[in-house]
Amino acid sequence: MRIHADIGKCQGYGNCVAIDAKHFDLDDDGMVVVLDDAVAPDELDTTEEAVRSCPVSAIWTQAAGGPADE
Amino acid sequence: MSERVVIVGSSVAGVRTAQDLRSGGFDGEIVMLGEERELPYDKPPLSKQVLVGSMTEDEIGLLGAGGWDGLGVEGRLGQRATALDIDERLVQVEGGDEVEYDALVIATGVRPRTLPGALGDHESVFAVRELRDGRELSRALAGGGPLMVVGAGFIGAEVASSARSLGVDVTMAEALQAPFARALGAEVGQHLTELHRSQGVDVLTEASVAAIETTRDGAVVRFADGRSREAATVVVGIGTTPNTEWLASSGIPLEDGVLVDEGCAVQAAEGVYAVGDVARRWDPATDVYRRVEHWTNAVEQAHVVAQQIIHPLAPAEAAKAPYFWSDQFGTKIQMVGRPHDADRVELHTFDVRGSAKTVALYSRGGGFVAGVTFGWPRGVAACRSAWAAGQPVEDVQRALLALSSGMAPVA
Repeated sequence: MRIHADIGKCQGYGNCVAIDAKHFDLDDDGMVVVLDDAVAPDELDTTEEAVRSCPVSAIWTQAAGGPADE
Repeated sequence: MSERVVIVGSSVAGVRTAQDLRSGGFDGEIVMLGEERELPYDKPPLSKQVLVGSMTEDEIGLLGAGGWDGLGVEGRLGQRATALDIDERLVQVEGGDEVEYDALVIATGVRPRTLPGALGDHESVFAVRELRDGRELSRALAGGGPLMVVGAGFIGAEVASSARSLGVDVTMAEALQAPFARALGAEVGQHLTELHRSQGVDVLTEASVAAIETTRDGAVVRFADGRSREAATVVVGIGTTPNTEWLASSGIPLEDGVLVDEGCAVQAAEGVYAVGDVARRWDPATDVYRRVEHWTNAVEQAHVVAQQIIHPLAPAEAAKAPYFWSDQFGTKIQMVGRPHDADRVELHTFDVRGSAKTVALYSRGGGFVAGVTFGWPRGVAACRSAWAAGQPVEDVQRALLALSSGMAPVA
């Protein structure tokens, strides 16, 4: 799976970082930074929890090679 | 596994429970009863984006593009639960219908407290809890001010901020000496009060409201000490009451909310859970029942309950660091932990690439119990991991200093 983020939606709530600091960080302005967009199978539960925790749905996962995967 | 889950309440805690049941593989029936007739929506924007018109009602919807069908939920809106029978496993609904359940999720939330004689009339006097409130308050503010906010809490503060951004004159009246002190303590409350004053909010303290009288042009707010103010619009934000009256005869334990165990289950009633603002969950780390009215808490508890319903024998996920945010005057105010546990509060300023960031660090006996950041999301993220790790406050301060100078990762 790959992580996607919509910076335009991000509000800096930071729930993703609190749950999954391996894949997410914030920059100094509080915008989400995807540290590593590849999610290994054994990491998926944690990353999905981070995705669910976003109050503004600014992050999501999608199967690698899917239509939005560039 | 349960055959039919009935969720009473159609706000974020209820909807997230349904979503987490489905994503967790639950393939039974899910029925959601909602008192409001509105499709489920998210509440945090009601005092912010909805008021200033930067988000539409569609954009705050919780169901997603697929609606009820996409979620696999039978939504029954405009249906208020009136009683619960835990022996027969029945929810009674206004109008006489009964709904059977195998698992019941109580997600009825809270309602705003009102002042005697000042029920929201939706013309000049408002509370902010439901979409209708946001919609009509938005209309009222568009008509100009002045606005009187009764109660210096976060909802009132956000409404004040939204109104100022619309150019409306705002007065905020707090009954206590120190605004925001209930949530943040006096010192940090003062810092926030200064932010409001710097943005043109007239903050009155020790202003206890005796009466609100509606007039043809709005309302007159009369204070106990004889002062009075006229306002076109009044917003009352003086706390909330859990919606548990419908459970009064059910026999389940109620005490400022529904008392539930670590897994959000009601111990006295098989298959009954409570989530979100209405739930008072036992915290094994401190041996205290806590009721938390935060969005993130509702989402976390929804996940706990969905997992408990799907895997009844698995241990419940532990509660995470309490976390909350508020947006005021373009500043994101974020809080982790429990400020009330502190015996010491220090305000620090960190220089982040030339921008001064204020952080309040709350401690007890040197242990870090809470942190509040002003406009520094990365700082609060570091506070959250420090809280979870049980770090001493000195270490948190050092970590924030390193973070501000770009020398350290956030977690």
